[in-house]
Amino acid sequence: MEPPLLELRGITKRFPGVLANDRVDLQLHRGEIVALLGENGAGKTTLMNVVYGLLSPDAGEVLFEGSEVSIRSPRQAISLGIGMVHQHFMLVEPLTVAENIVLGHEPARATVIDFKAARSFVQDLSERYGLKVDPDERIENLPVGTQQRVEILKALYRGARVLILDEPTAVLTPQEVHELFAVVRSLVTEGLTVVFITHKLEEVMNVADRVVVMRDGAVVGETRPSETDQKGLARLMVGREVVFRITRTPSHCGATVLSVADLNVVTDRGIEAVRGVSFEVCGGEIVAIAGVSGNGQTELIEALTGLRRVKSGKIMLGDRDITKSSARSTIEAGVSHVPEDRLRRGLVLEFDLAENLILGDHRRPPFAQYGLMWPSAITRIAEERIEAYDVRTPSLDVDAATLSGGNQQKLILARELGRNPDLLIAAQPTRGLDVGAIEFVHGEILKERDAGKGILLVSLELEEVQSLADRILVIYEGRIVKEFASGEATDEELGFYMTGGGGAKLDEEVGVADA
Amino acid sequence: MPETDSKKRSISRVLRSALRAMLLPLISVVFAILVGSLIIRLAGYNPVVAFQALIEGAFSPKRFGETMVRATPLLFTGLAVAYGFRAGLFNIGAEGQLFMGGLVAAYLGVALGGMSAFAHISIILVAGMAAGAAWAFIPAILKAKVGAHEVITTMMFTFIARGIVQWLVAGPLKAPGPVAQTEPVLPSAFLPRLDSILPFHVPGRASIGFVIGLAACVIMWLILKYTTLGYENRAVGFNPTAAETGGISVAGTTVKALCISGALAALAGVTEVLGLHGKLFEQFSSGFGFTGIAVALLAKNHPLGVIPAAILFGGLSAGAGKMQLEAGVSQKVIFIIQALIIFFVAAEELAKLVLGRERTEVADVAG
Repeated sequence: MEPPLLELRGITKRFPGVLANDRVDLQLHRGEIVALLGENGAGKTTLMNVVYGLLSPDAGEVLFEGSEVSIRSPRQAISLGIGMVHQHFMLVEPLTVAENIVLGHEPARATVIDFKAARSFVQDLSERYGLKVDPDERIENLPVGTQQRVEILKALYRGARVLILDEPTAVLTPQEVHELFAVVRSLVTEGLTVVFITHKLEEVMNVADRVVVMRDGAVVGETRPSETDQKGLARLMVGREVVFRITRTPSHCGATVLSVADLNVVTDRGIEAVRGVSFEVCGGEIVAIAGVSGNGQTELIEALTGLRRVKSGKIMLGDRDITKSSARSTIEAGVSHVPEDRLRRGLVLEFDLAENLILGDHRRPPFAQYGLMWPSAITRIAEERIEAYDVRTPSLDVDAATLSGGNQQKLILARELGRNPDLLIAAQPTRGLDVGAIEFVHGEILKERDAGKGILLVSLELEEVQSLADRILVIYEGRIVKEFASGEATDEELGFYMTGGGGAKLDEEVGVADA
Repeated sequence: MPETDSKKRSISRVLRSALRAMLLPLISVVFAILVGSLIIRLAGYNPVVAFQALIEGAFSPKRFGETMVRATPLLFTGLAVAYGFRAGLFNIGAEGQLFMGGLVAAYLGVALGGMSAFAHISIILVAGMAAGAAWAFIPAILKAKVGAHEVITTMMFTFIARGIVQWLVAGPLKAPGPVAQTEPVLPSAFLPRLDSILPFHVPGRASIGFVIGLAACVIMWLILKYTTLGYENRAVGFNPTAAETGGISVAGTTVKALCISGALAALAGVTEVLGLHGKLFEQFSSGFGFTGIAVALLAKNHPLGVIPAAILFGGLSAGAGKMQLEAGVSQKVIFIIQALIIFFVAAEELAKLVLGRERTEVADVAG
């Protein structure tokens, strides 16, 4: 058997207070897809940053084609044939695809960049690996999935033989994920080695030849998808048994908490986003809005939470009209909101945990009175909630930015649920979280339901919708096109309505009415 | 007792974080002095002699009074700019608000008579702040309602303010005589000299304006830290989207922040007129509104940081004369050193970027 292309021996990397990598051994062979699986914060990215020369290890060695190398910079990694595509793309937006790909290694005649050569290089590469891109399109005009393709092409252009993809599917739509997997497979048949950092079990089962599982900075197991299942992988990754299908009791519908009647909302540019939506949520029930991203969910949530003005229609919270309420009075009326974009909307990353925990309640007792804040009450209640919602943190005074994604989401839940709302609007509450955190979030949402709260869940994940919701409303182009009771619809049926399967007729009708 | 323990720990933590916050500005100052020395050396003078004279001219007990005089307006303008920054606003027009404060002080200092000094001064302080806030209100409302950038609008309002003052001191408010200046304010409006109210001798012309400035810094620090006003100000400054989601009115906070900033800047004008010149003329501010930006930068927008930063810049200005006299180095070198301090503070942001990256990496694995 030939020696591994790349081998790590005993890699150890310490950060202040954290052992990020603990004597990690890893072998990568030619032409295989290795999934590096682990929870957020397990040390996967750190390990790959060591390989890519972004971090230098405190101990251990790296062998490339059997001989020891010391990789001190990405430049060196690239010259060895190691490429990495980060979670956040590093592309120059106003430049074209071809310009971005050759950036830093431009084909040149004398001192003039040979754009024609660059274009044809890019064309060749993209045909060879089936990575369809238009070399002349500007990056800013491309969807995320295509931008990622450009990143991959960039690595290939620089001669990558080992390609590291850091959570490549986090930003992609299901369709784009599908295409990415096809690309990855074709790369491997060309002899490349692909390392795939992820915490999503399904992807691992789908695409990997070999799975290396990390936990708390160490490799805790290695297996093949054919030799295990999602449950087994989850157990390895989290270190305990994980409940996938939530056991839930039937809902007991109480009084109506939210009722929305004929709601119309437009975007900033005046485009109709929510069109004539009506529905109700009662206490003790989880109503899910299922739909493909961009079908009016964001505007609907913003309208319900007072962040966006309503064009027409009515929103009632219990028997109170909140159609025209500001965000502040909506919160004070008893609506909590776990926002879709937790980093931008959910948290002030520069605030410490206590400051984040009072956002929205920061004017009210017990936290404040007469415009003065009460630090002792804030600290005491913050401590209680941090504990109740299992936010793992060294202390209350660290910035929210230092928490992992899962803990940030728990922090938001601690704030929004700690307020004891009548209605919880949870948008994509488990996006980007690992299985352990997902389990926790789902559990908390169910607990709220069982306590008689109304829950409006907005999610793109069918699995989440199916497992949590008592009723499912399918949204398509701003309209509720179908309603299902829990367990009534298959994924395929939901998908059918989500992609406009039931909506064509509706559109025609509107067209007629307009004419 | 665990509580006292945690209290002790939290105090030492506060101290440590304060030290850490001061470290980088201190390094900037040291670098600025080193590079400044090099420049003085290259110009053919002795940097050691020059800086000795500078420090003596600024901080010797005999001369510190003058440093306080020069630091007084910078305490207010530095604080004004810093407070605006904490809401994400760049009030580049502190100079204009300062002019409006000076104008109100000069006018009311003459127009309001027959009252006690305490009442007279208090009324002028309040009216001056109101004028500064009003002057900032128009850019603020433009920012909040139509998104007009405050850097442009507050700057333009500075030109307008200066124009108004120029016209008034040469026309309607001009005192008889050849010089374009207002009549001297009544004695009841004069800010008392520190020397006259403190039990010990304070040399020089420093007035209680300096003490008011120190108090303003402490008050604004408390406001930022312990009031909902300050909390909302900081939330909007860090992340307006999250603030909005938390029910904070971004537009309202913007207006409040810029008006408070304007009121603080106006106090610089008030104290210059009532505490130093006793009257208003066109050149009564040597760009204190703009130096305030540098002070805020060096203070890292912390109200308490404004105190040492303003005293440093005041001291540089006060000591420059002695440096010229004793070392023969032109006073203009002080501008170079000020510029270098700002340069290194700005460069420190680069250093922070590097540090920041390392930190997020730690955070990544710490999850």
